[in-house]
Amino acid sequence: MMDRRYWFRRGKDRGMAVLTFLCTIAVLIPLFLVLGFLVRTGASALNWDFFTKIPGAAGEPGGGMANAIAGTLLLIGLAALVGIPVGVLGGTFLAEYPHARLSQLARFTADVMNGIPSIVIGLFAYVLIVLPMRHFSALSGGVALGVMLIPTVMRTTEEIIRLVPQSVREAALALGIPTWKTTVRVVIPTAAAGIVTGIMVGLARVAGETAPLLFTAFGNRFWNWNILKPVAALPLQIFAYAISPFDDWHRQAWAGALVLVTIVLIVSVAARVASSRQAKLR
Amino acid sequence: MGQVMEVPRVDRQAAALIDHTTGIQTDDVHAWFDHLHALRGITIAIPERKITAIIGPSGCGKSTFLRCLNRMHELVPGARVRGKVVMDGQDIYRPGVDPVQVRRRVGMVFQKPNPFPTMSIYENVAAGLTLAGEGDRRRRDEVVEQSLRAAALWDEVKDRLRKPGTSLSGGQQQRLCIARALAVSPEVLLMDEPASALDPASTLRIEELARDLAKDITIVIVTHNMQQAARVSDFTGFFLDGQLIEFGATNDIFTRPQDRRTEDYLTGRFG
Repeated sequence: MMDRRYWFRRGKDRGMAVLTFLCTIAVLIPLFLVLGFLVRTGASALNWDFFTKIPGAAGEPGGGMANAIAGTLLLIGLAALVGIPVGVLGGTFLAEYPHARLSQLARFTADVMNGIPSIVIGLFAYVLIVLPMRHFSALSGGVALGVMLIPTVMRTTEEIIRLVPQSVREAALALGIPTWKTTVRVVIPTAAAGIVTGIMVGLARVAGETAPLLFTAFGNRFWNWNILKPVAALPLQIFAYAISPFDDWHRQAWAGALVLVTIVLIVSVAARVASSRQAKLR
Repeated sequence: MGQVMEVPRVDRQAAALIDHTTGIQTDDVHAWFDHLHALRGITIAIPERKITAIIGPSGCGKSTFLRCLNRMHELVPGARVRGKVVMDGQDIYRPGVDPVQVRRRVGMVFQKPNPFPTMSIYENVAAGLTLAGEGDRRRRDEVVEQSLRAAALWDEVKDRLRKPGTSLSGGQQQRLCIARALAVSPEVLLMDEPASALDPASTLRIEELARDLAKDITIVIVTHNMQQAARVSDFTGFFLDGQLIEFGATNDIFTRPQDRRTEDYLTGRFG
């Protein structure tokens, strides 16, 4: 009797262990399938032209996505200009005045914003910038991505600044350093690497966004560096090519996806490196 | 004040202090954390260029008292202070006094060494100057060397001033923090259990250092180590439940305490 119970329990234990193991594998499968497929199909369409030429005429083989790569970098830059100052300074406020009514409101708003579908943010930028200007623009796309960046950067900044021990702050204040200087010259530098990590993770996330760009940056088949004009972006270009009827464009869409994933990967790895440099705070 | 029992204490306090100039005079200092009445009327004359130890059991308000002397107490949310703290004839709590200026004159060393984690040894010591806008490199170099020498750390770190402050040992870090406090030339140095996180050898070094520094500046040291108070201080105040029970020359307090509660504490009956 005892024996049978033991074997039953042991069996359950083994069963659960195998199940959790299989689920863990299941997490990895889609990622590696996607990556593998991307590399296999995308790499074959990657060539020098892809990085240096703009798209050819419809249906005509050849051409590249140089303008879309540049456009994505431009949009990320604009998003950074909008999102980083607001996010970092806002996060600093949240951390330094955690109990202010405003902080509680902002924290809640940021969490809600994180959950808002990105297309709604695009709509917001559309109404705010595209409609008054009467045309699509890189600026509106950058603002849309920047707005998406704010909550991530703000919350990470807050978390990291709160990790800075009170003793470090007190050390500065006891030296007769004013509070604002303590924050700017002592607390933020102590938290800097962590804040940079948050920024990079946020940027990596918005770099791949498509929906908010559909009716803001809009896409462009030609070179454009004017932020008041529509600009190409990798996700948009991938979308346009993927639904086209041309085989060559399908291949280029895969190549574009590979490049986009590579950009995101590089930024993520850079974020990892930055976070490993974060001063040991405790 | 005013209780019959406390009269002899006041007499002796006056007697002990008769040959000394007062560095800091507090007058009926009260402090609160929200509704917790942590200090209940502290009146004490801290002698200039001497070491005054504040002893007492945990939670008796000794650290709070220390933090009232450089206006650090009020940084805690919900904290309040009432009363006077007079230095150079002026109350540091009178309206219009900038707490930042007070803290430049009254330095502080904390229980746990707290060098700035992102700064080198040099930058740590120079922090008070650089952040106050002292731009002259040569002057800064000078002050850093002087302060590190005064903190008995120069010989150990002079070849690695660019290394992070956190790369030093605990005892060295504490001396680095002392050097950092000295660099802004304070008149008073407050030490909040400065050796409680250190090993015995480092503790002795800190104590020797305090003795040296007291030639030039007033030192107030909070400690729950009675031997330390006996070894290092000229005067001792015993705190209990937010009140100053007894104050006098360290020797007198330790050999002939006048209050029963002081005696009980010193003989280890509580605390």
